[in-house]
Amino acid sequence: MTDVLNIPAEPTTENYLNRQFTVRSWLLTQDHKRIGILYMVTITFFFLIGGVAATLMRLQLLTPKGLLVGPDMYNRLFTMHGIMMIFFFLLPSIPSTIGNFVIPLMLGARDLAFPKLNLLSYYLYLAGGTLALVSLILGGVDTGWTFYTPYSSTFSNEWVALTLVGIFLNGFSSILTGLNFMVTTHTMRCPGLTWFRLPLFIWSLYATSLMMVIATPVVAITLLLVALERIFHVHGIFDPALGGDPILFQNLFWFYSHPAVYIMVLPAMGVISEIIPCFSRKQVFGYHAVAFSSISIAVIGFLVWGHHMFVTGQSIYGGMAFSFLSFLVAIPSAVKVFNWTATLYKGSIALDTPMLYALGFIGLFTIGGLTGLFLACLGMDMHVHDTYFVIAHFHYIMVGGTVLAYLGAVHFWWPKMTGRMYPEWWGRFSALIIFLGFNLTFFPQFLLGYLGMPRRYFAYAPEFQVLNVMSTAGASIMGIGYFLPLCYLLWSLRWGKPAGNNPYNATGLEWQTPSPPPVDNFEQTPVVTHEPYCYHLMEMPRA
Amino acid sequence: MPDHPEHLGLVAHQFDDIEQQREAATLGMWAFLATEVLFFGGLIVAYAVYRHEYFLSWRKGSEELDKFTFLNISAGAWNTLVLLTSSLTVVLSVHAAKHGKNALLLRMLLATMVLGAAFLGIKFLEYSNDYREHLIPGPNFSPEVSNHVQLFFVMYFAMTGLHALHMVIGLGLFTWLAVQTLRRKITPDRHQAVETIGLYWHFVDLVWIFLFPLLYLVR
Repeated sequence: MTDVLNIPAEPTTENYLNRQFTVRSWLLTQDHKRIGILYMVTITFFFLIGGVAATLMRLQLLTPKGLLVGPDMYNRLFTMHGIMMIFFFLLPSIPSTIGNFVIPLMLGARDLAFPKLNLLSYYLYLAGGTLALVSLILGGVDTGWTFYTPYSSTFSNEWVALTLVGIFLNGFSSILTGLNFMVTTHTMRCPGLTWFRLPLFIWSLYATSLMMVIATPVVAITLLLVALERIFHVHGIFDPALGGDPILFQNLFWFYSHPAVYIMVLPAMGVISEIIPCFSRKQVFGYHAVAFSSISIAVIGFLVWGHHMFVTGQSIYGGMAFSFLSFLVAIPSAVKVFNWTATLYKGSIALDTPMLYALGFIGLFTIGGLTGLFLACLGMDMHVHDTYFVIAHFHYIMVGGTVLAYLGAVHFWWPKMTGRMYPEWWGRFSALIIFLGFNLTFFPQFLLGYLGMPRRYFAYAPEFQVLNVMSTAGASIMGIGYFLPLCYLLWSLRWGKPAGNNPYNATGLEWQTPSPPPVDNFEQTPVVTHEPYCYHLMEMPRA
Repeated sequence: MPDHPEHLGLVAHQFDDIEQQREAATLGMWAFLATEVLFFGGLIVAYAVYRHEYFLSWRKGSEELDKFTFLNISAGAWNTLVLLTSSLTVVLSVHAAKHGKNALLLRMLLATMVLGAAFLGIKFLEYSNDYREHLIPGPNFSPEVSNHVQLFFVMYFAMTGLHALHMVIGLGLFTWLAVQTLRRKITPDRHQAVETIGLYWHFVDLVWIFLFPLLYLVR
């Protein structure tokens, strides 16, 4: 062990980590790589907060009458879980950490187009998260993460406005990040890197950025109006007392918040499109189809928001249109799944940690997506609306999809970020127990929902107990699965095997520069001469 | 920047040349304006929904706005005139910056700021009149008109207030540009800031072009 300690990977090179060590050089950095690391540390912190709330909820639901807290506290718990996980973990997870780190590397650029704006994004995010956290400490919010009016505008307790301001700031962080990525992709590609030579991760983040820039402002103004109602006690815009329309709030809210689902899952799909070819040693199947499916998910994703409102009494024709469009958005998602599967076909597959996460993603995302089609059916949705079926569905997408892809991405690019390998055995082991724990947690919830257990209740009928106990048991296993990577990744920072430039023998510009990369990313601007994922042309076996 | 001694601060280190930097700045501002369109778009949707539902109250609210005039012309119309003129001075300032006419540039920037301030001044007089007439939504809202008219005024203050906030930010940006001009930092090589901020100002102007008919004209 001491030998490893004394022999750093490349003892003389200066890189982004060892050029400066001061706290100031981190907090005021404009280097996209360091900002990516700052995001990673911060989202991990918010993930822990959201995770604690989830743990308490699962413990509460061990017994039909509730084990720990009363109804008011339970409302605060699920609200905090939703707000922390969605706004402060999932939305920035892959784009702001992994995207920040690898986009300029993949494009052969020295940095994003607007480094200062990037730092501003980070601080807006941090400020937003802090405000949400402060409101949690002061007493919490009990509206649910959706802030439905007039409950949130008129009746709820006092900390709603503070939380809304926090989410508003986070929204602007998201907008500026998306803007930065978009402009970078348009203007900073190195010579030879045409649009159809771009890695698919870039395509999916480009589609994500479009949605961030176009959808986020709508929720920003909507939440701002609710905050204004509360701060100035002008009960009007969404309050029936003045003729305001609560359903209008829901329309505006979901106009963002449905695309937000794609903001969370599209980057994850991009990660999978990177990992699958690398660990099957094959060119990705149907590059153009995968690239364009990202764009069409972004476009159609804007037109399906009404499927959250099937039971609000919206027009039946509106409901039918939204139902049809929701079926339509499944097509580009399925295109991706089929192309990944076709990429695996006859590949020489290596079941390394990132690949395990990617395979887990394909299976769980498929289940999540197909159950989404159940919910897009007008009749079926009446039956399972606001039940645990919905909870299970979107956790299969958000956790089974995005979180697994995020962990896969962290492992995949960890050697590039830190210059060290993670311990492979532990990586595989924890990927496996996260997969098992996840399914044990959420599959019973499909059954619970189908049998009629409503979401957001602090207590339930006794016949649901067995399935709830299974779910809580699964959550504990999954908790261990999350805890392990936290430990061994930190361990690997010091004791991990030096990674070298390209430990997986992967294609892509980011693997052609040293690990960790120098401050300016590349010693010379690279020139691209061929399409991406040319694994079939590579002679060397995987290192 | 150390990596590009040949450019000496003209080009930020992440860019290869000034053309790339200019393209990025312009595209960035356009993307930001797309965000802004949707930001105001949410409000305009709410306006449209309520106008459809409470047509008569909307008409009444609009008539209330028209009562505040100078020389028999409504304050909103004066503001439209002022703001459109300021867009002209912005165009002239971009032209001056491109051709290195620093004195003209400074004069046009100052003219824009004066016009912008005039707009905000008129808006302030209008708001104070609304206050006197008890047209500010809330507990003190005039009991003589219906709740739905109050809803009109909620929308009116939200839309014009947000627009005024954008004007204030714009004035800050123009002040900065004027200082840069005085310090001779704006040259034909380096006038991107004037162009980008100009785009922003035209957008703010354009928002008003939508707000003015929505709030003052259509009945």
